[in-house]
Amino acid sequence: MNTIIFSILTLLVISGISSVILFFISRKFQVFEDQNIQEIESVLPAANCGGCGYPSCHGFALACVNAENLENLVCTVGGLPTMKKVAHILGKDSNIIHPTVAVIHCGGNCDLRPRINQYDGVGSCAIAHNLYGGETGCTWGCLGLGDCEVSCKFDALHINPETRLPEIDEEKCTSCNACVIACPKLIIELRNKGLKSRRIFVNCVNKDKGEEIQSSCNVACIGCGKCVEECAFDAILMANNLAYIDSNKCTLCRKCVAVCPTHAILEINFPTKRVKE
Amino acid sequence: MKTFKMGGIHLKEYKFSAGIQIQTASIPQQAIIPLGHYLGGPSLPVVQKGDKVKVGQMIGQASGFVSANVHASVSGVVNRIDVHLDASGYKVPSVFIDVHGDEWLETIDKSAEIKRECTLSSAEIIKRITDYGIVGLGGATFPTHVKLLPPPGKKANVLIVNGVECEPYLTCDHQLMIEKGEEILVGVTILMKAIDVKQAIVGIENNKKDAIALMQKLAKTFVGIEILPLQVQYPQGGEKQLIDATIGRQVPTGTLPIEVEAVVQNVATVFAVYEAVQKNKPLFERIVTITGKSLKNHGNFLARLGTPLANIVEQAGGVPEDTGKIVAGGPMMGRALSSLEVTVAKGTSGVLFIPTLEAARKNMQNCIRCTKCVVTCPMGLEPFLLMSQSERSMWTEMENERVMDCIECGCCSFACPSNRPLLDHIRYGKSTVGKIIRTRQAKK
Repeated sequence: MNTIIFSILTLLVISGISSVILFFISRKFQVFEDQNIQEIESVLPAANCGGCGYPSCHGFALACVNAENLENLVCTVGGLPTMKKVAHILGKDSNIIHPTVAVIHCGGNCDLRPRINQYDGVGSCAIAHNLYGGETGCTWGCLGLGDCEVSCKFDALHINPETRLPEIDEEKCTSCNACVIACPKLIIELRNKGLKSRRIFVNCVNKDKGEEIQSSCNVACIGCGKCVEECAFDAILMANNLAYIDSNKCTLCRKCVAVCPTHAILEINFPTKRVKE
Repeated sequence: MKTFKMGGIHLKEYKFSAGIQIQTASIPQQAIIPLGHYLGGPSLPVVQKGDKVKVGQMIGQASGFVSANVHASVSGVVNRIDVHLDASGYKVPSVFIDVHGDEWLETIDKSAEIKRECTLSSAEIIKRITDYGIVGLGGATFPTHVKLLPPPGKKANVLIVNGVECEPYLTCDHQLMIEKGEEILVGVTILMKAIDVKQAIVGIENNKKDAIALMQKLAKTFVGIEILPLQVQYPQGGEKQLIDATIGRQVPTGTLPIEVEAVVQNVATVFAVYEAVQKNKPLFERIVTITGKSLKNHGNFLARLGTPLANIVEQAGGVPEDTGKIVAGGPMMGRALSSLEVTVAKGTSGVLFIPTLEAARKNMQNCIRCTKCVVTCPMGLEPFLLMSQSERSMWTEMENERVMDCIECGCCSFACPSNRPLLDHIRYGKSTVGKIIRTRQAKK
């Protein structure tokens, strides 16, 4: 009986002394953090996706607290509502954000871009890209193996099994940039979402000369330059046999879409034109 | 019988084209010569559309030290400089020449007489090799002059000649030794003079007994050359493995053979050196083995660079019906082709036709930790670990696990009983880690 009481008392004393020591040590070595950082973190989406350019939501909160103003600090997932809350906590002006969305610059599906060989290797775009130019005659185009789909944490990107091309769900896309980095062929870009969610872009990244590509893909940009001529707003650049539309200058007039001989320019979310009788 | 000690596997040989005399491939109507088909920087064109060229004329200039000149393999008119598909699966800048006749530069000695005396000095030999675009013809296509000009403080004391041809199916080096054995040995003496060594060892695998016998007989008439038969094992043709097999030296990780005072050259490269130095002939043709289980006429074809592979395949009886995969190179390290419009490049050692049933990969299963990959790796790496790390993008860890030592021989993928694509992941990791290392060095 005595041994039991004695051992209980000894343990109680040890734990008592340890907790006092720990209390004082924790007070001495406490890391002081600005209170605001925790407050900001609580309004952030906690996705830790890195879309803001900072490591984790904590990193972004830290950057916001330390910054002069919130001009270059945008949480793409939370968007404007979240940034307004952050601005409110810090007592700073909130920034103006142009909503962006991911865009796939390749229209070469199975019908329009025929397969000339069969790939039998590992089902990863990065590995296939490291090995060779792909199953079609166009060595720049989408490989369809889904590295982008795997990288998306917001369920916004899926490979269509019929066309073997990725498709973006606008509602779910948070512009976090993960798919842009995942694509080894640099086919994905974050572009302005546009007025009424409308946008126009060249659906191709092929830099080969026109005669070369035409046998490989029916909807490739052949670098003919007709769109550059047609554009009244100087919004289209041509380099390396490829056209590119600057979304800051584009007014969505759609004249380039009509004039492109290979239908390489795509328009999203426009009402279908009525066919003239 | 000697061989290398670490790792290695024993493969079926499939040497269907062994003993078949070298035939000359017909010259195409248009030659498409790639400008950047070797290790190192691509060369820059020195001709333009409309220029008349003769065989042996320089059409591409090296863009740096680790780069090589390119010479016209046909005579005619330059059609254009444009991109064209090559064995890498991508389109690379190439010179298109419309062929007219077969006119060689007057300075080239076309006679078949064997010249044994070399009157050039060591420096002149190396300059000739540099000017004439000689690269490693074993398949790696590393510019030869770079190996012959070691950094200050390093000197070789032995020349090792690779007559091993360890890849199944390929027989171009074997046939070259049978038909041009003496020329090859003259080439060896020329290289010995160039790097100032007194000893040369020619390693030949024991499945080429006729070549061993012939070369041993010929070597008696030369000084300092030893013909060494080696036990058959893959990948004995790898530089580091061959050095271990012939002279028992281990090349430290991350370094080159010159570190252990050895220089290794392939027999075809040595033959090209002989032709460059003794016959004033730049590198513009090579022997290509065309073979496969179902092929009608296996053969070893002497083909001009830039000849579309489709042309040579026609001469070999055409593409077999049951072909599932066409491989440029050997079955272990070669590259599957997406088209036969790819042309002969300096590194094209062979074209193989693999039947569909054998070509398709089997389904991947889980790693069972059997360690077959570790046991067979000739560089002492852990392929199963490197693959896991590559899948998880653990680049720092991969660098620490010496992924850059990997010679991409394929023993691991071959040995794996679960059909895991080990080499695919390791190659991707190696390419990414390589980029990281280069960026780091550039920042310094």
